[in-house]
Amino acid sequence: MVPASLQRIRAIAVKELRQMSRDRLTLAMVVGIPLLQMIIFGFGINNDVRHVRTGVVDLANTQASRTLIAEVGASQVIDFVARPGGVEALRRMIGSGQIQAGLYIPPDFERRRLDATRPVAQVIVDGTHPGVDTAVRAIATAPLPARSGQLQRLQPAFEVLTEFNPERRTAVQVVPALIGVILNMTMVIFTAIALVRERERGNLELLIMTPVRSGELMVGKLLPYVAVGLIQTTIVLLTAVLLFDVPVVGSVLQLYVGAGLFIAATLALGLVISTLATTQFQAMQLGFFTMLPSILLSGFAFPFEGMPRVVQYLAQALPLTHFVEILRGVILRGATLANLWQPVVKLSVFLLLAVLLAALRFRKRLD
Amino acid sequence: MNVPEIAIEAHGLTRRFGSVAAVNEVELCIPRGRIYGFLGPNGSGKSTTIRLLCGLIKPSSGTIRVLGLDIPRQAEALRRRVGYMTQRFSLWEDLSARENLAFMASIYTLEARHAAQRIAGAISEYRLAEFLDRPAGTLSGGQKQRLALAAATLHDPQLLMLDEPTSAVDPQSRRDFWESLFALTAAGTTILVSTHYMDEAERCHGLAILDLGRIVASGAPAQLMQDLPLQVVEIEAADTAAVRVALRSLPSLRSLAQLGLRLHALLAPAAAAAPADGAEEVRQLLARAGIVASVRRTTASLEDVFVGATQPPGPVAH
Repeated sequence: MVPASLQRIRAIAVKELRQMSRDRLTLAMVVGIPLLQMIIFGFGINNDVRHVRTGVVDLANTQASRTLIAEVGASQVIDFVARPGGVEALRRMIGSGQIQAGLYIPPDFERRRLDATRPVAQVIVDGTHPGVDTAVRAIATAPLPARSGQLQRLQPAFEVLTEFNPERRTAVQVVPALIGVILNMTMVIFTAIALVRERERGNLELLIMTPVRSGELMVGKLLPYVAVGLIQTTIVLLTAVLLFDVPVVGSVLQLYVGAGLFIAATLALGLVISTLATTQFQAMQLGFFTMLPSILLSGFAFPFEGMPRVVQYLAQALPLTHFVEILRGVILRGATLANLWQPVVKLSVFLLLAVLLAALRFRKRLD
Repeated sequence: MNVPEIAIEAHGLTRRFGSVAAVNEVELCIPRGRIYGFLGPNGSGKSTTIRLLCGLIKPSSGTIRVLGLDIPRQAEALRRRVGYMTQRFSLWEDLSARENLAFMASIYTLEARHAAQRIAGAISEYRLAEFLDRPAGTLSGGQKQRLALAAATLHDPQLLMLDEPTSAVDPQSRRDFWESLFALTAAGTTILVSTHYMDEAERCHGLAILDLGRIVASGAPAQLMQDLPLQVVEIEAADTAAVRVALRSLPSLRSLAQLGLRLHALLAPAAAAAPADGAEEVRQLLARAGIVASVRRTTASLEDVFVGATQPPGPVAH
């Protein structure tokens, strides 16, 4: 009895292997997905934050203050990329996401140096990014090397101020971005399946015999799901506010405009997948394949600053990366879409390219 | 629009899938306003030929002109003028019959009032009222087929391509379906239909019998039956098994089919020296074997034509 059963099991296993070996896409995924993900995430998930974009306002402008700036910069955790004129400008730049931290050296810096009970300078951190706050806090509280001519101090040299999330609650950092993650998960699969299902059910052969154009088909399939996505946005946003106590500082309307753009971009990504896959199963697999990098590399869970340059570029190709920036900007920092024009433009470019690619890949033929 | 008298024309039409020629050097010349049939077994290239003519797949070689358009180059222009029905029900099963019709009307961009008229016309013409609001997936084979034909003709196509439209349909529905097709040709529509039913093939004005991607016979069905170069012999016997055994030794036997107590034999034309009458040859053979049977020649049916055209020459294999 057992041998017969084993024989049947073996027959099925061999058949499955044969079928798989003839299905090049599945085969590529069997090998490619674990390999790629191992490489990407092995490097990508790293909490060692480096190169935090920082602005510096030095109102003392003395020999000692310049030395201090150089010392802080030498840690590689902080990159000074801007020199705004005053504290207000510094704060505005943090609000719009141009920089994530600021070093403020007050005019009475020299006097403070001599007073061991007062901090000599202030560090302002954007509290909406996980990891960044912790990293900046760490260098700010570390004792400065003796060579900077400091007095031996009892107090930390810096006073650290966390902007936009003073209580430093993880929920505030994570939940707004989670809106993007959830939308990303549902949207890609919606459209990834859309075309493939019609192919599988035989509808496509009829559809391509009609005068409908590829681009029309793509956009037509995309639009209804944008509405679905906006409904989902509402649900998740309400949960964020009611359950997690996330403050919505910015304009809700602008948030929805940003969300609509992101939803369209992810749906378009799904359509591209739909033109690649030949079965619903393949479409699902490809959909999930794009999801994990989005979640891990978008800055949702791990700070960009910890990722190597190559992975950061890769993250730029993911719509979620830009939407997370928009979400944190609008919800937590009260930024406007005009402030956040960079992620908005990048999302739009992604959307256009993806729709174009899907329409070009979708031939109105069966072969 | 000016429509040429020849609706479909193809020369040297060939389509290879890998090393297999699914359609091989097919020549077609189908006049307008006629029902033209493709008769052939599964895998004979019927569907592939129809898809080639629609521009759904590209030919490996050969030329196609449909309604005066160069296919596949002008396939997009053809879309509006052709109605297409696939072998498998290809409307949306989760939409109701009415929703499917509305979708098709709008995808062909029929103007709203015209669309409403056409849909109302189709509902009465194809008796769709009884199941108009049911999901198409729940309809019977015959109902699905009426709906599919209604959808394929909403935009008033000059040419209808029907790929085995009656394969999942009961005989009465098939009769009704063919009545509808004749009504459409009366209005000037050209119809290309593939089938593996003999009775349907016999209804066509013109017919091409396909086998292994080639046209092995073509012409009007009556002409094909008349011109069959084989002799048809009917043998009635109590012991049909014995007759089968005896006939095996007959070198000219091409095929043998049983219909109840009767055996239907196709015989190749005898060599010049032998007696020309196949029935006589069979009679003598059975007499020698001591089998009591009545043997007579009959006229060829379309099935005989089909078998004669698709069987490889040489004695029938057992």
